[in-house]
Order: sequence, then structure tokens, then C-alpha cells
Amino acid sequence: MPTLSEASSKRVLARAGVPVLDERVVATADGAADAADEIGYPVVAKLCGDAIAHKTERGLVRLRLDDRDAVHAAATDLLAAARPEDGNVDVLVAPMVSGTRELIAGLHADEQFGMTIMLGVGGILAEAVKDVTFRLVPIERRDAEEMLNDLQMQALLGAFRGEAAADREKLVAVLLGLSKAAQDDPSITSADVNPLIITADGTPVAVDALVEVAS
Amino acid sequence: MRDTRFKALFDPKGVIVAGASSHPAKFGFVTLHNILASGYEGKVFATSRDGEEVLGIKTVPSVQDLPAGEADLAFVCTPASFNLDLLRECAGNGVRAAFLTSAGYGEAGEEGKRMEDELVALADELGILLCGPNGQGVVSTPSKLCAQIVAPYPPAGRIGIASQSGNFVSSFLNFAVQTGVGVSRAVSAGNAASTTVPDYLDFYADDPATAVGLAYVEGIRDGRAFYDRVRSVTERKPLVLLKGGASEYGQRAAASHTGALAADDIVFTGMCRQAGVTRAATVEEAYEAAATFATQPLPRGNRVVVMTTAGGWGVVTADALAKTSLELTPLPPDLQADIDTKLPPRWSRNNPVDLAAGETRDTIPELLDLITAHPDVDAVIYLGLGIQSNQARMMRRGPYYPDHGLERIVAYHERQDARFAEAAAEASEKYDKPVLTATELATADPENAGPAAVRATGRLCYASSNRAVTALDHLWRHAQWRRRRGLD
Repeated sequence: MPTLSEASSKRVLARAGVPVLDERVVATADGAADAADEIGYPVVAKLCGDAIAHKTERGLVRLRLDDRDAVHAAATDLLAAARPEDGNVDVLVAPMVSGTRELIAGLHADEQFGMTIMLGVGGILAEAVKDVTFRLVPIERRDAEEMLNDLQMQALLGAFRGEAAADREKLVAVLLGLSKAAQDDPSITSADVNPLIITADGTPVAVDALVEVAS
Repeated sequence: MRDTRFKALFDPKGVIVAGASSHPAKFGFVTLHNILASGYEGKVFATSRDGEEVLGIKTVPSVQDLPAGEADLAFVCTPASFNLDLLRECAGNGVRAAFLTSAGYGEAGEEGKRMEDELVALADELGILLCGPNGQGVVSTPSKLCAQIVAPYPPAGRIGIASQSGNFVSSFLNFAVQTGVGVSRAVSAGNAASTTVPDYLDFYADDPATAVGLAYVEGIRDGRAFYDRVRSVTERKPLVLLKGGASEYGQRAAASHTGALAADDIVFTGMCRQAGVTRAATVEEAYEAAATFATQPLPRGNRVVVMTTAGGWGVVTADALAKTSLELTPLPPDLQADIDTKLPPRWSRNNPVDLAAGETRDTIPELLDLITAHPDVDAVIYLGLGIQSNQARMMRRGPYYPDHGLERIVAYHERQDARFAEAAAEASEKYDKPVLTATELATADPENAGPAAVRATGRLCYASSNRAVTALDHLWRHAQWRRRRGLD
């Protein structure tokens, strides 16, 4: 099943109300540098295209770019790293988001129950920890609130290591947005918002997203 | 639209046992025995090949030989090959519901599945509610009906049971017998060829005799439809669910049992939470949750006071509460001051309220009333019932009874424990709050005057405080689900 590029994935989810970053898709290194100037530093640059699903593994993500020159150089490298099979590619420039807390949210078509929505604790131990909860799409606001309460690691959602408590309203908006995206577009077969970083001020940010659609 | 045929299943005016037998090990005998022995007041008829007399009932070879319109339920124990003709005869005679215990259908491979499809099609054509096949039977205490091939007949109560496995009907009914918290209806869905567990639950949701549904399910063919059905039940009544196939190991066992694959457990858990279904991890947890829904009011908040006659129990209960959505509430100062007037100063002066053996004759009933009445207390767990009656039992059975004043003190202790149990139930009713009583004597010595008096109030005496906490947590979670959705 085809995947959408990160930028298209985010557009699909943002249309349904999932809050995403102020980010730009540009075709050239100069464009990337201009975009970074607008967004403010530091930024992240990624090579982006419908056929590119595993950016990190291919080294197509450049983090913490602190000035215009660094952005220009990174974008030049990224565009040069594109392979013919990647098809049309662009550079995505986004604010550099950091936070110690990572969640994961997504959509999954379950054999028994049809389209489901998931929220879980993310990060590298996510699969070992398996602190996840599901509901059937569509969900209502109270379902989303109850999903937050389902997570075992409630400590992550409170004030944590000097960072503010997670903004529950905004997390609810992420979940309601995902549910709406699945309802609005039945061709969506799965979606991952991973990581969904909780920043130091408690705002959840969809740092990466991947939407899969039926062919 | 209510399907009035369920009335024929659960409250029939007359029953035909098809395939009765004079051999006391055959289902056709056992069923007739159980119907007659449990005091069913409607008319009972039976058919058998030879037209013999069974348990005083003159059987006839064919349903057509019976008076028309006298029975609306048929309980079918005949081999599968007889059943199409039998259904036609039943329909002709006014039967509206048929429970088939016969095996050899969908569970028995391709040919059986074909016969099952034929059976369903015919029942639909005839307008007969088809239950089973391959089921254990149906129980309905409002009609004193025990039409099943196994024991027991449970005490009457308000739990409505539907199960995909007949054995779990028996398990739940055995818990009803043991705890005294009774059952309204119980049915084993068997192969559920036509009438499914959600169909029975849907009937219970509108059934005035039933306060809570209790179901066992394993394979679910259409998860989305199941969700819609159970959600419509929980919006009307609490529903406790035990599901087989929760683990990978369990799922393999389920596949071989019903041929349906179990749903992924994490998704299933989320589905239950979304639908307001109370999901229990074990059979006893399921029964106790249902028994609590059936006999205690829903809490309006999560602030719990634990009242105990001895320290250790209170500490362990506090630990158990900490793992739930319930709160061991700080004791309100005015309540503490009120309790001060009732106890010597060595009591805990905190929650748990540990009496530290400072109670006199009327303290426990007075404190139960005082604590339950307080507006900042939503539920009470009472520990320590039956201790003195346990001593009384030892005295009564010892070599010195009834001399040395033992007869009098034994009677006093037993009277006191009965009073305490009644005071817990009275406080619960008076203030419309859950008051749960827990002691291992509920199972260690069910005849102890304390647990016996709890049973007499119609409530469950929990065998440990942990089990009381688990049950109360289920009630609070469901109460919140209802409240957030604006339901009652």
C-alpha cells in the first residue's frame, strides 16, 4: 500500500485538525535557507518524497541546524542523496523540536473492529513497554480524554523533570484530528504520528507522520 | 422493537421437553427432572420415542399428540436428524421459542454446519426463536424455570447471564448458590446459530427482572457489530464481560473451541472501555462485579473510607485502593471529631478508621451510619465482621459449652455480628452509597453469623478486602463512564 510523503501526510492530518509544526516544503537549497530564516533557528531539514518512508535509516534527516549556512549545506547534501527511485523529492524545513517525552499516536485497521485509533508511550522502549490504548474510530472528546487516562505512565503527562505538564487539550485535539482524518478519508489505511513529542512547555508536537492509503 | 419471543424462552406458559428419557443419565431425563424439581409452575409436556412415563409425566411420541397452544417453549434433546420435522410440529402447536441442546451441528464440521444453516432457515421461516444448538439450557428464576442439562438452579436475583460456553453458565450459577447473590435469567448460547450472546443481553437490558448483564464470550465474528450491540446494552444497564482468548495461548485454545479467531486483546480492551463494558480478568472477579452492580448503588464519587476492627486489614486495603481509581480519602475533620466521641483515644484518628478494639456494644452500627452519612464520603468498606462469632463457634463446639456462661456469650456474639451486617446494609440503603463488607469468613465459614447475615440482606460478603476494592473500582469506573456521557 502506498505511503504519502511526510509533508503530504502532515497536510492530510492537519486538515483534520492534528496540530503540526510551522514547516515549509522547498525544492532548492536557497529555498531551504530562506524558509529557515522565516521559521527561526534551530531547524531540522529532511528529504521528503512519496517513495521515502525510512528517512532516518538513510541519513536523510539533519537535526539542529543553527544558521543559514548550515541549512544551505544540509539541503544541498540531502538533494544530492536522492536516488532515481525516490521520484520527486523536496526538502522539508521545520523548527527543531526537543523534549524528553515522546508519545506515539496512530490509526490502524483492525481485522475484527475496523479502523482503530491508538495512543501510546513512544521512544526507543515503546515496543518493550507496550503502554498503549486503542479505541474504535470515530471517537468522541470523552473517549480521547479517557485514552489519556488509560496510559499507565501518567507521570509522563504531569510535570516531568523540570518540564511542564502535557497539554491535555492539545493531546485530545491530536486524537480527535486523527479520528476525523480516518472518517473524512476512507482511503487511509493507517497512520503513524511518531514521535509525538511533548515539548518543555507541555505542547504536543507531531514531529513526524506517515499516512498509508489504499492503492 | 422488542422481540416478544424472548418471553416464550424465559417466561413460558408451558414447556415441551422433546426427547425425554427414563434413563436418569440422559439429557432428556435430567432436563425434565430439573424443570420439575425447581418448581416451574407452567405446564410441562414431554415426548419420547416409546411414549413411556418419565417422572410422572406421560410422554407422547409426537408433539402433534399434545394439546395445541399450551406450550410456547420447546426444549429439544433429540438427535439432530429429527429436529427439522420436530420444529415444524412445534410451530404447528404454538411453540415460539426452541432451545436445542442437540449436538452434531456447526461444531461438528462441514455437514454439521450445513444442517445448522438448514435449521436456522427453517426456524426463521416458522418464526421460532432458535436458541443453541449444542447449548446447556436456560434458567429463569421469575418463572422458577430450570430447563438445563446440568445443575444448579440458582437463588433468585437480578443478574442476567449469557454465555458462549455452557460451563461458564454453570460456574456463574455455582457462585450464585455459594454467595446467595442470585440470578434473574441465564442462558447458554451454544453454537449461537441464530440467537447470539448480544441478542440475550439486549433482552436483559430492557428486562425489569434484571439489573446487570454478565456474559462470557470468546470468538467474535464481527467486532464492529458486537461493539454497537454491547454499547446499546451498557447505555441501559451495566454489563460485565469475561472474555476467553485474551492471551496468545488462550487464543489458540479459543480457535480450536469455536472455530472463530479471538480479537486482538489490546483493541478488545479499548473497545470495552469505549463501550462502557466492565471487563473482568477472572470468573470470580466477573461474578463479584456483577453481584456488586446488582446489590449496591453506583458510587457518586471515588472517596472511600475503610473501617476496620484491626490494623493490618486496613493497611492492606489502603494498599489495594492505591492501585485503583478509588481514593482513600483523608478523614474530614468534623467526621473525625464525631468518631472521637464514640471511641477511646487510641483509635487511628485517620482513614482507615481502625477501631483498635475500642468498640462497645453499639459502636459499629453507629459508626457505619456516621461515616456513610458524611457528604465527603462516597463509599465504605467494612472489615472485621464475624470475629466474635468465630470465637463463638469454637466455644459452641468446645467441651465447656453451654456452661460457664458460654451459651449466653455465644448468642450475644452471633446477634452482634448479624446486627453489624444489617447496619452496613441499612446505611447503604439510607444514604444510597455502596457499603461493602469483606471477611475471609465468607468462604472459610459461610455459616458464621456475620457473613450469613450479609447474605440475608441480599448482598455479597467479599472474601477479601482486595476483592471488595476490585468490585468497587469496577462500579466507580462504570459510574464515571455513565456520567461523562450524560446517562442517568
